[in-house]
Amino acid sequence: MANNSTSTLWKTFFLLLGLTVVEVALGIIKPSALMGAPLGSSWLNILFILLTLVKAYYIVSTFMHLGGEKKGFRLAVYLPALILIPYLTFILLVEGGYTYDEAPSIY
Amino acid sequence: MASTVEMEQPEKVWGGGNKPFAISYGKIMMWFFIISDALSFSGFLTAYGFMRYANELSWPVAEDVFTHFPFLTGDHPLLYVALMTFILIMSSVTMVLAVHHGHQNNKNKVILWMALTVVGGLIFLGSQAWEWSHFISGDKGAVEINLPSTVSARAANGEMKDIRLGKNVIMHIVTSDGEKLSLSQVVDGELGHESNHGLEFSSAEVISAFKHNGELELMMPGKEKLVVPHAAAANLLDSKALAVQGANMVHNEYGKKQFANFFFFITGFHGFHVFSGVVLNFIVFYNVFLGTYEKRKSYEMVEKVGLYWHFVDLVWVFVFTFFYLV
Repeated sequence: MANNSTSTLWKTFFLLLGLTVVEVALGIIKPSALMGAPLGSSWLNILFILLTLVKAYYIVSTFMHLGGEKKGFRLAVYLPALILIPYLTFILLVEGGYTYDEAPSIY
Repeated sequence: MASTVEMEQPEKVWGGGNKPFAISYGKIMMWFFIISDALSFSGFLTAYGFMRYANELSWPVAEDVFTHFPFLTGDHPLLYVALMTFILIMSSVTMVLAVHHGHQNNKNKVILWMALTVVGGLIFLGSQAWEWSHFISGDKGAVEINLPSTVSARAANGEMKDIRLGKNVIMHIVTSDGEKLSLSQVVDGELGHESNHGLEFSSAEVISAFKHNGELELMMPGKEKLVVPHAAAANLLDSKALAVQGANMVHNEYGKKQFANFFFFITGFHGFHVFSGVVLNFIVFYNVFLGTYEKRKSYEMVEKVGLYWHFVDLVWVFVFTFFYLV
């Protein structure tokens, strides 16, 4: 049992390490296939953000043992972050985009 | 007193007298602190995002800024922060192993892993100090133009584009081949150093050296890498233009000064969290060493600082993505 759970921790560590290596490699190579910008942001940036969320999930659920807590408590922790942070991000990025459009070529 | 049978009925769970979440008060409060701290950090990072979107053309590209690695010459974008990320994730693992052995009341193993966690935190802080000092002392230097006007600049595909300049516009000095020169190379020509090596150059000598060398042009930082040809560039360098070396809250040789402001503020706030974490970890390590938790028959304090320490790692994962990668 004890061995079993330390091996989960090490697996999570190698997963996080692997994802970081992939991110850095992509950041240095910048594959042209991923440089298209369909949604205002390049595929590469979208991929970086997704990989970051995967890493965050593993840190919170495995290292911080949130996966083992009761469902009510998990929701109390996840929901404020999952509702407020995307909301704030949406508002500020849209507003930032409009601010740029007002004076597009000012350096 | 509620019997066990009553406690298992859902309507009695919140009736008082038991722990509905089956988790101690201290851990719940640490989690709630973490949520509020996460919201603070997301406030900072989204404010960074706002500034970046609002200055899309001129925002510095992180890979052009953080290119150095200790003891190596040349450009190595991302490698150093990747190393810092590795150190922090590693110290998260040593922390979680300390928690694991705490559950088994294995004092010596907890001492070992807590000590390694403290060491990991100190190495991270040292790395951050190196990065700050490098960012502050700067690399090749730049000129800052304070002449609001419209200028015609060349894009990478050769097209000319009209750009409106505001105040405090940073531009890098490049040769006509696009190679970035240090202020030292501009002033001393062949004899100059690739980086300025703590030498100081007055604005007047940099401007005069620029005007005397028709090969030189000015490149704007940012993803488009617009270049102002020599004649137009020389006109921009009036008496209000400055030579800028390094970055601080007022001038930033890498580009928009807000970039430097956010860099200092966000990585500084995170670094302060790491520092607090190292102090807390050390106190808990010392208590483990004294046998405080052995006597208490519970290593829950290790779990609580562990939660905080993992949170610091979690924030770094986001700072790494939004400051250095995206």
